[in-house]
Amino acid sequence: MTTTTATAPAPAAAAPVRPPRGGWALHDTAAMIGRSLRRSLRTPDTLIMGLALPIILMLLFVYVFGGAISTGQAYVDFVVPGIVLLCAGYGAATTAVSVASDMTGGLMNRFRTLPVRPVAALTGHVVESVVRNAVSTALVVGVAFAVGFRPTAGLLGWAGTAGLLLLYVLALTWVAVCIGIVASGPEAANGFTFAIMFLPYVSSAFVPPETMPRVLEVIATYQPVTPVTDTVRAWLTGVPGAHPVAALLWCGGLLLAARLVAAWLFRRRAAR
Amino acid sequence: MDGPMIETRGLRKAFGTTTVLAGVDLAVAPGEVLGLLGPNGAGKTTTVEILSTLLRADGGTATVGGHDVRRSPARVREAISLTGQYTAVDELLTGRENLRLMARLAHLPRDAGRARGEDLLALFDLTGAADRVVRTYSGGMRRRLDLAVGLLTRPRVLFLDEPTTGLDPRSRADLWDVVRTVVGDGTTVLLTTQYLDEAEALADRVAVLDRGHVIAHGTPDDLKHRVGAAHVVVDLVGGGTERIRTDASVPDVRRILADVERRALPVERWRVAVPTLDDVFLTLTGHSTAAGTTADLGTASAREAS
Repeated sequence: MTTTTATAPAPAAAAPVRPPRGGWALHDTAAMIGRSLRRSLRTPDTLIMGLALPIILMLLFVYVFGGAISTGQAYVDFVVPGIVLLCAGYGAATTAVSVASDMTGGLMNRFRTLPVRPVAALTGHVVESVVRNAVSTALVVGVAFAVGFRPTAGLLGWAGTAGLLLLYVLALTWVAVCIGIVASGPEAANGFTFAIMFLPYVSSAFVPPETMPRVLEVIATYQPVTPVTDTVRAWLTGVPGAHPVAALLWCGGLLLAARLVAAWLFRRRAAR
Repeated sequence: MDGPMIETRGLRKAFGTTTVLAGVDLAVAPGEVLGLLGPNGAGKTTTVEILSTLLRADGGTATVGGHDVRRSPARVREAISLTGQYTAVDELLTGRENLRLMARLAHLPRDAGRARGEDLLALFDLTGAADRVVRTYSGGMRRRLDLAVGLLTRPRVLFLDEPTTGLDPRSRADLWDVVRTVVGDGTTVLLTTQYLDEAEALADRVAVLDRGHVIAHGTPDDLKHRVGAAHVVVDLVGGGTERIRTDASVPDVRRILADVERRALPVERWRVAVPTLDDVFLTLTGHSTAAGTTADLGTASAREAS
């Protein structure tokens, strides 16, 4: 196109830049991750809530309810894996709020007019969620040690636990992303975090499912939180009951499905 | 380039059974500012969204900078910037961080991007607030930052979708100044607005959009002539109103008021009534705009006239 108009010379466009090694996709994603991490630090209330809630629940269960619950092992050892999962679940779910506020504001439209794949914004939120959860999980485990948590796991047990938790957080975060895309706004998305909060209660996280009424026991046994909790508990404290295959299938399947649905929802919302 | 910088022919779009654009033809020359004037629901935002590749038209053609928006959206995106009704900045980042993020995402070289950001902060009078989180900004500051972000890439075409809706008069005037600066650089602008005075202040030409049709276009003056002149409206004690034509200039209004005084009319109150968008619509279509826009226009006109 020539710029030979007499009416007004078009302002010179910036010189085209050669893509960096690895292409623009990596560069864009890195920029979006930086953005999400900054946002995370600017919302200390979310961080504090994500930490305070599991810690309070842990103290409550260990010192108040724990004495009355018989699990065949020290209750603190029984409950800590459940608390860690609850913490991770809540932390992952708050991603729905970030995604929803991106979708409802004008920001997503701006990203869409830039030479960027807007999905990079979602990736930024997901990576932020993983980083945030890694930090909060480490802190929760630290507090657990302080209140008497005595795991017997070796390096392999810890590594396996970390890997499984990563997968769990990724899966729930992508589910949260889906919710964030379809939610009418950040407030609506916020409701989802509470739904996720309740999932661990009807699982093996706090009490053995055998002690529940029949219907709840069935739900508790076959929902994803139970095999993940059982596996983490077994790997960390050496009790039997690990279901690594079920846990991996649940988390991997959920991750795959949520990832695909998120991409589809995002495109659909974008194409209108 | 030869030919228009923005051109649409027979642009059509419907959402479900609601027709939003029913064949819109527009042409904006390079360096020109076109004001797209219309009430809520006229199809202004839809037009802008199609031109900025955010939305697909059902029919018709649209080119921006000579590129077809459907066939080469990437080329169009390189040429344009959009400042929408909803500010597209990250509330949790500072002004400076927003500019740096968008410069990175626009793939500007790092140093050039940063320098450009600093220039824009200065130009838009935001340097002092650059390290504050956007959440603490006033509405006017947000819009200015939003516009600054949009100008990082030195776009050849700028879409401004109701840039001053919801702003107080002072911020509105500031934003107008900023837009005039940008226009001075030779940028082609498509501005949508509900305010006749805004179109008059910024646009070289105006197209009036109503229910998905362009029902009139011309210079702002042309339009006002078609609608009719301003009037001094005098409400009399005990009822009755006198309407006296005016060019709304100070000497003319003074002359009219002197005349009113000389005739010793029992004046309850008086005002200068300038044609509003509502008048334009009433004249052009025989129906008025949706209620709600008129009140705003009233205040805007009163300010302009005072």
